[in-house]
Amino acid sequence: MALTRSFDAPGLYFQSRTRWRLVEIVFWLATLLPFALLPDYLILASQIAITALFALSLDLILGYAGIVSLGHAAFFGVGAYAAGLLSKYGWGEPITGLLAASIAAGIVGYATSFVICRFRHLALIMLTLGFGLMLEELANSAGWLTGGFDGLQGIETWKLFGHFEFDLYGYVAYAYSLAVLFILFVFARRLIHSPFGLSLRGIRENYVRMPAIGAPSRAHIRTIYTISAAMAGIAGALLAQTTETLSLDSLGFERSAELLVILVLGGAGRLYGGLVGAMIYMIARDRFSGVEPQYWYFWIGVLLVTVVMILPNGILGGLAKLAARWSRS
Amino acid sequence: MLPPIFGVLFDGFAYGMLLFLLSVGQSVTLGMMNFINLAHCSFAMLGGYMTVALMTHYGWPFFATLPCAFIVAAVVSVGFERLFYRRLYRASDLDQVLLTIGIVFISVAVAAYIFGTEQKPLPLPEYLRSSLTFLGLRFAVYRLIMIAIALAITALLVLTVEYTRFGARVRAAVDNERMARGLGIDVDRTFAITFALGSGLAGLGGALAVEIVGLDPSFALTYLVYVLIVVSVGGLGSISGSFVAAALLGISDVAGKYYVPAIGAFLIYLVMIVLLMWRPRGLFGRR
Repeated sequence: MALTRSFDAPGLYFQSRTRWRLVEIVFWLATLLPFALLPDYLILASQIAITALFALSLDLILGYAGIVSLGHAAFFGVGAYAAGLLSKYGWGEPITGLLAASIAAGIVGYATSFVICRFRHLALIMLTLGFGLMLEELANSAGWLTGGFDGLQGIETWKLFGHFEFDLYGYVAYAYSLAVLFILFVFARRLIHSPFGLSLRGIRENYVRMPAIGAPSRAHIRTIYTISAAMAGIAGALLAQTTETLSLDSLGFERSAELLVILVLGGAGRLYGGLVGAMIYMIARDRFSGVEPQYWYFWIGVLLVTVVMILPNGILGGLAKLAARWSRS
Repeated sequence: MLPPIFGVLFDGFAYGMLLFLLSVGQSVTLGMMNFINLAHCSFAMLGGYMTVALMTHYGWPFFATLPCAFIVAAVVSVGFERLFYRRLYRASDLDQVLLTIGIVFISVAVAAYIFGTEQKPLPLPEYLRSSLTFLGLRFAVYRLIMIAIALAITALLVLTVEYTRFGARVRAAVDNERMARGLGIDVDRTFAITFALGSGLAGLGGALAVEIVGLDPSFALTYLVYVLIVVSVGGLGSISGSFVAAALLGISDVAGKYYVPAIGAFLIYLVMIVLLMWRPRGLFGRR
């Protein structure tokens, strides 16, 4: 009997991790509240959902696989421009646009993953930064295609499912972004709580030893990097489709750095870290939108220094610590 | 008569020397403590603004402001080292990156608040703006002086590191930090001094850079990329590596912008990625 139980143990472990907890259900139900309570803020809510998806994609590689990326906005930008260009040149159907964007970003991610998986530490950070900057330069110099500094104009998104038109108040935009976020969140959650997700965490802790217990570090990193890139591409496409404008900032270094801030603020290596971070960050930015952008960056800087010095695991990490202390006493 | 390519080479080399001054400190401190300091160019920017402020508001001569830029950047950087960096030497890459990006953002905002976002002109005296004609090519006096300063500093650095007791400690700490500690070398103090020297050199580089590339609050971010390229291509902890990498980068950047302006900085990033893939520890990296 004891034998069968020990065979079942891994299965039981994964089962206990994947069970939906009450807090999570309440969280997702609460995301529906803006429709009823804050109809004026639906545009902001859809921006938050998009940013949350983008942060979730970074969390997969940074929080779980330990790949510090300073160029993740590149994939966001590839997805955004793929969807934007598709729509500009005559195909504005949103769902297929998302698919095309995820394929485009996924291909770029897959191609770069062969380089990414071979390096760690400074060289890795430099390579991600280099790829990001290279793409930014490329988009800038290919002005005939991307519109250069003026941004891409003339994006027109068709009705969702041929029925729901993207309205000014953002009802459809928020419902659409939220649905995509939820679907991909469930996917990421499943992925993280699978044996593959567990071996990613092993790679984060020790890159060299994981192959010794049968987890090919490089192949796993390539897989997760590609998935993360495709997800970031979808987030970019959502932004292009719902706002119908695109500029070069969508793939710049500042955006990559901002995303790091968001994820770390919420808590890297936690599924809800990016979501919570995106919510707090975007709401704060909306509140302080009257502040000049350069001073806004001052507060981001202060926030970063504080988070690193005082809250090393982000807001969710701090809360988890408090909860653990509370339950012990 | 010399063909114009020599002009490009000269300008590129001068630019490379500037990059060398900006990045040599970063290279040595990174090699020693493995601390990823993205705020290095913030100290360079501080040096630049020091020079601009002293010259425009107090009428100091240009050459008198250079030591000031060095000292102020060095002193301020030591303050940051004591206050923040020291606690994160054993932390993860991510924490180091975040802390120092935070400092970069703060420094950019503070610079914009005090000095405004526009480019700062430098009221240089006439003789520094003139140029010499040699074999039909014009060489800017300012660039010649800059190259001379950079070469003198390189010689001084190499001599210090190779022949003094302090240099021996630095080399020991770069080669094997734990072993150096075991032999009774005060690595923390050595590091603090090296860090101050490196940031001071960055401050000096920043002061010299104003005339060549201009100065606005985004300096700390723009040149960070160049510094990181020099460091990672030259190899951690290698002065000669940084020198060669900076010269190569400067020449290829100027040549790229001169001959193929359409692709801009693209070429540099491509060269960096290819070099990193070929030799991840840099051209002269030992470890």
